[in-house]
Amino acid sequence: MLWITLFASAACVASAAETINAAGATFPAPIYQKWFEDFHKAHPDTQINYQAIGSGGGIRQLVEGTVDFGASDMPMTDDQLSKVTRYKVLHFPTVLGGIVPTYNVPGAASIKFSGDTLAGIYLGNIKKWNDAALKKDNPGLNLPNEDITVVHRSDGSGTSFVFSDYLSKVSPEWKTKVGVNASVNWPVGLGGKGNEGVAGLVKQTPNSIGYVELIYAVQNKMDYGAIKNAAGNFVKADFNTVSEAAAGAAKEMPADFRVSINNAPGKNAYPISTFTWLLIPDKIGDAAKKKSITDFLQWMMTTGQGDAQGLSYAPLPKQVVAKEQKQIALIK
Amino acid sequence: MGTAVVTAPQQTRSRKLVKLLRDGDQIAHLVTFLFAASVFLVTVFLVYELWIHSGPSRTKFGFSFLTGKTWDPVAEQFGALPFIYGTVLTSIIALLISVPLGVGAAIFLSELAPPKVSNACTFLVELLAAVPSVIFGLLAIFTLVPIMRRYVEPFLKHTLGFLPQFQGPAYGVGYLSAGLILSIMTFPFIISISREALLSVPREQREAALALGATKWESTWQVVVPYARLGILGSIFLALARALGETMAVTMVIGNDTGIHTSLLSPGYTIAAIIANEFTEATGDVHLSALVELGLVLFALTMVLNAAAQLLIVATTGKGSKQP
Amino acid sequence: MDRIARRNAVNNVMLTVTGLCTIVTVSVLFLILGYLIVNGWRSVDWNFFTKLPLASGETGGGMANAIVGSGVVILIASAIGIPVGFMGGVYLAEFGGKTVPMIVRYTADLLNGVPSIVIGIFAWTVVVVPMHHFSAWAGGFALSLMMIPIGLRATEQFLRGVPNSLREGSLALGASKTRTIISVIVPAAKQGILTGMILGVARVAGETAPLLFTSLNNQYWAKSLNEPTAALPSMIYYRAISPYEDWHRQAWAAGLVLLVLVLVANIASRWVLSRGTSAQRG
Repeated sequence: MLWITLFASAACVASAAETINAAGATFPAPIYQKWFEDFHKAHPDTQINYQAIGSGGGIRQLVEGTVDFGASDMPMTDDQLSKVTRYKVLHFPTVLGGIVPTYNVPGAASIKFSGDTLAGIYLGNIKKWNDAALKKDNPGLNLPNEDITVVHRSDGSGTSFVFSDYLSKVSPEWKTKVGVNASVNWPVGLGGKGNEGVAGLVKQTPNSIGYVELIYAVQNKMDYGAIKNAAGNFVKADFNTVSEAAAGAAKEMPADFRVSINNAPGKNAYPISTFTWLLIPDKIGDAAKKKSITDFLQWMMTTGQGDAQGLSYAPLPKQVVAKEQKQIALIK
Repeated sequence: MGTAVVTAPQQTRSRKLVKLLRDGDQIAHLVTFLFAASVFLVTVFLVYELWIHSGPSRTKFGFSFLTGKTWDPVAEQFGALPFIYGTVLTSIIALLISVPLGVGAAIFLSELAPPKVSNACTFLVELLAAVPSVIFGLLAIFTLVPIMRRYVEPFLKHTLGFLPQFQGPAYGVGYLSAGLILSIMTFPFIISISREALLSVPREQREAALALGATKWESTWQVVVPYARLGILGSIFLALARALGETMAVTMVIGNDTGIHTSLLSPGYTIAAIIANEFTEATGDVHLSALVELGLVLFALTMVLNAAAQLLIVATTGKGSKQP
Repeated sequence: MDRIARRNAVNNVMLTVTGLCTIVTVSVLFLILGYLIVNGWRSVDWNFFTKLPLASGETGGGMANAIVGSGVVILIASAIGIPVGFMGGVYLAEFGGKTVPMIVRYTADLLNGVPSIVIGIFAWTVVVVPMHHFSAWAGGFALSLMMIPIGLRATEQFLRGVPNSLREGSLALGASKTRTIISVIVPAAKQGILTGMILGVARVAGETAPLLFTSLNNQYWAKSLNEPTAALPSMIYYRAISPYEDWHRQAWAAGLVLLVLVLVANIASRWVLSRGTSAQRG
């Protein structure tokens, strides 16, 4: 035990450098990494180290107090919030994104999915690419007589949360059999770690399907499908359709920003869309750290939003930004 | 280490020095003892921490944790069976390949090869044991998995598809691929320790058999191998313990599916792999403690196997544990 | 076919089979090395050693921070693991009675067999959570636990190998036991002990699983030991499972560098040992 004491006492020497550690969602990781890099260039004394370990990880590590702030694409539940007693957790929406069904089917570039079909595939009821349900949505498309390899997330993921939440909204069977969570008991398929892992598996596995944030499909030049929205139209995720999904929520944003925009109404609203949040403590003891984090939030809501479209995310609606800027004042 | 009792009436300078040095011996004894004891204490502490942190899961599920088949974070129902099954199955596949291969090579290296060649080959095989697990994983993802998916698994389905073990889609990842990677990671242990056990068989045994007219193979298979069987068995146990606890390479090719499947081609999960994937990200407390309890189960499994392996190896080679 | 001929045929076939087993098993190492060289050597360039990793999806960058990070974590592990292993080994070989060394030896073997992922859990609960940081300390602590048993058993084994005549000679000349150990016994066994320590370092250098929840990762330079730190093995893991071609390229390069380092350490330890034994004999 001698050396444990020795080692612990050495470890207690605090560091003077201004580094902020954050961890969480992989969904917004590409834009966060760009933001933190650009912010570091503009403010050389602040460095934000962001590790994309999954939304579940972001929440868990924030609750454990092993990171300065977390990031998640599912809002924390009341139960999770009640476990944090030292401070209150504030949700700051950062950007909007769409979750797309991405697939690796040779010869079929653009497949359409209705919510029910997607649920059927992930429940394991639809096993072949040339299943009648898929053929019905895709008349004229030559779908192969091959087994569907289903790919899902293996880690606690906000992307999974939003995806399973959407499937629950469109499929009663999914709702009763599987349910909604960051990690669920998947009926079929392979697990990949992070959005990267799912994209990697789909890319390497012929006749597979997975779900990832739009940017991962775009960056890797992977095919992704259109989904039937609440208005009955097949829409593909892009800047406009995701923004339209957020339009309703932007008007009636709850005070704590915890809101779901899945299966939103609107003629061209993309049905699997979500805000993604930074989870920030309302008490930050270290004054320098507090200043860096609030500076970053201001920067993110103004300059930072300009990066969104280039990386296939949708920027925050104006009303939401105005509301969030008021919330910054709550950080003490 | 008796205490130096100085009874002499006159204490000269040199005697004082001797006493000081004797005391020095005691200080050295104490200091080294503390270091040695810390090894014991830290191991006990490890078990204690695993026990404490698995508390919520142990109280909630009791022994049904070991037999539960669902792993459902939504309903907070956690059962370890799919992972125990996956861990044991992949290890068995690994041993089915690595035992014949390893024992075969060990026989060649101990009985047939000239000592120089034998030593060189053993050295190379032992180097293989030093290759980091993540590198096996890297190679598996980009070389083994595509080969399995494109050629091996369709072939197996075509020829042995009537067996439930070889049905279902060819994913490339899954129990079989994980088992294959584990076989490569375990045979260095088998070769190196079995060879040593075979080499420690007295030469008279071989000579007697040969003198009775046995061929080289007969003397090896019927006399030498049975003589060294405990050591060989020990090497297999050690390989098994390594296969059970192996994390990275398996995590990268197992497919991460929480079901229990008969087909060797289907994706599954092992204990180590689910801990690696879910540990930092389990949001519920029961979920986290269930993962720690899985760690405890894995610890117990490897502990028993290691102890058995040590006993067997000591029994045949008469030496302490030897890692390649 | 008569009986003798059949027996001879079986003999020849089986002996050939064992030879084939040997060829297969020995060639695996060359296959691995070859694959890594073919896929990785072009990417092991100046950038790889000097640049930081870039944001996901961007092409270029290197692994400078991971290489240094691995070094730091291994240094911490060695700073804890080598003294504990060495001193503990001295106790087992020179001071211990019967019961205590037996218990320590058994627990060391037990610790040696603990799966690396379980060590990771332990380090997370006792270092990361109380310190409120993923850190190089936590990673180093986890790796030190894997190093200790190797160093301990190597030290004990080689100290025991020192002939008793050396011990008795020194004691007879009036040297104390401590003095004897420091100036006679340890020097006589130093090659062996050094070998054990190098093997210990080589073993932990490639470990990934204990680092996943302890040192985590960092896309920048870690400014202190209290911060999350990138390491080469975990970088290979994250790069390998990603979808980006450029990251795969870097994973191969990192794999090649790591493998070469580990193999060199192992070969070096063998070389040290062979020199040691020949010196002892001569």
